[in-house]
Amino acid sequence: MTQSPNRRRFLKSSAGVSAALAAGVGAGRAQSTAQSTAQSTNDKPAPDDPTQAPGSPARAYGERSRFEKTGRAPSSQGTSSGAPLQDLNGIITPSSLHFERHHSGVPDIDPRRHRLMIHGLVDRPLVLSMDELKRFPSVSRIHVMECSGNGFRNKGAKTAQDAHGLVSCSEWTGVPLALLLREAGVQPGASWIVAEGSDAAKMTRSVPLAKAMNDVLLAYGQNGEAIRPEQGYPLRLFVPGWEGNISIKWLRRIKVVDQPYMTREETSKYTDLMPDGKARQFTFEMDPKSLITYPSGGQKLANPGFYEISGLAWSGRGAIKKVEVSVDGGRTWKDAQLQSPVLPIAFTRFRFGWKWDGSEVVLQSRCTDEHGDTQPVLADLVKARGDHWSYHFNPIQSWKISADGSVQNALV
Amino acid sequence: MRWFSARSLGLVLGASLAWPLAAQSPTYGLGRTARPDEIKAWDFAIGPDGKELPPGSGSAAEGARIYAASCAGCHGKTGQEGPNDVLVGGQGTLNTNKPVKTVGSYWPYATTVWDYINRAMPFNKPGSLTANQVYAVTAYLLSLNGIIKEDAVMNAQSLPQVKMPNRNGFIGDPRPDWKSR
Repeated sequence: MTQSPNRRRFLKSSAGVSAALAAGVGAGRAQSTAQSTAQSTNDKPAPDDPTQAPGSPARAYGERSRFEKTGRAPSSQGTSSGAPLQDLNGIITPSSLHFERHHSGVPDIDPRRHRLMIHGLVDRPLVLSMDELKRFPSVSRIHVMECSGNGFRNKGAKTAQDAHGLVSCSEWTGVPLALLLREAGVQPGASWIVAEGSDAAKMTRSVPLAKAMNDVLLAYGQNGEAIRPEQGYPLRLFVPGWEGNISIKWLRRIKVVDQPYMTREETSKYTDLMPDGKARQFTFEMDPKSLITYPSGGQKLANPGFYEISGLAWSGRGAIKKVEVSVDGGRTWKDAQLQSPVLPIAFTRFRFGWKWDGSEVVLQSRCTDEHGDTQPVLADLVKARGDHWSYHFNPIQSWKISADGSVQNALV
Repeated sequence: MRWFSARSLGLVLGASLAWPLAAQSPTYGLGRTARPDEIKAWDFAIGPDGKELPPGSGSAAEGARIYAASCAGCHGKTGQEGPNDVLVGGQGTLNTNKPVKTVGSYWPYATTVWDYINRAMPFNKPGSLTANQVYAVTAYLLSLNGIIKEDAVMNAQSLPQVKMPNRNGFIGDPRPDWKSR
């Protein structure tokens, strides 16, 4: 973990005040907790003193406290739900809160009957049960997963969840696809695979064989337990760093082929129309992106004083190298602290100590990945791409804090 | 056409050079060989050359009846009214301020139309159309878009030959593509 010069300076100069201000921070967060407590205690009040009687017994599957109410935000059509990024700590998204996107609902699949078939340009077409798949050598990796359209509906979005919630980060466990492709024996002339799900959309995408042989997983585990139905139970493709929809869920088939199959999801959809009428296709990688999750849209700062600005940064191309924060609408930037571990293609948590003086300010974050790629302002992207694209939206996010402490989306 | 960035290509080429040819044989002895009938039952992703297309055929006149019964509720009487994806029209609009992306104006391959209808449509009853019916609805949509003649018969031979208007409308990935002001 590195501590930025800015952070050290801040701590040094404000060591005296930060203790005094801590009371103010506590008050701010206590206020929102008090509100949710008031709502949930409509059912049954918690005892005034929990030390006066034994608590509840052990149970087979844990649940969060009944006082915790944060949740995903399902879209009106029910085809997606964003993760409540503003309420998360650290870098792991709880499986229950991992964003969803599906094209024809979440299927109900019995793992005892589920099969994966690998065929096409292979020496030995294979059929594998889930039990057999789990006997192969496995790996676990912490990776971010982002919908290619994440951020697109940012205009008018009030919260971090509304604006950017179609991204999450989990520990994924499974078998390297390369291992199974070698087991099947890829034939000369093969250059792509076609992956297909067993949902009602039979969601299908083509993946270059070179990527399939590199770092793609056949994942059955998520954060220590079986992948959730919304995430592809019992088996999904996991294609690190690439747009989410290519990580085919409820995976039942991989066909090794000699060309991309030009499925609906890589021609009609998930392509970006440019001003000249041409459309970008196979724009796989997700660009570097960051946002401040606290303070963020819809929240309210209780009073002037110390706040720890906190947020998330990630890149589909590798590790985050630097996150800068601006507290003056982008005029000046200072390095934020990066919380370890800083992993490739994963959420990186950043923190930035800050004292709010009570005036109207605009907070921004800007990340840079290990390749030096960074985030544009929206105008730069519009200049390069026009007005009719929607995927791979990664401009700098701005949150405006008004004098009354309320925080609003101020994407510029 | 560049399928993905030079950076990741370098990465994956490096990986594939290290890919040991000797390992391309069964090592773990798990699973079983897929039977031809199992493969045939699932092998319906249709590539641009159409080699997986099944026997059968259909024309626009038959397709119109199926469309009215199974598709018009979501896509409109003539494929232009919605409420869901507009399927017809829009040719010549892609480089204007109001681009209309439809099967006729945007989709680069006719095989994709067959594949998607067969795969996922009708939305509430996917897989319920016969191969003949899928050929017929595909023919109807291509005909409504003025891409094939009204009496043209679509089958495994003719469908891959259909030249879509936007066949050459797609480019690779030029990112990073923006410059700071």
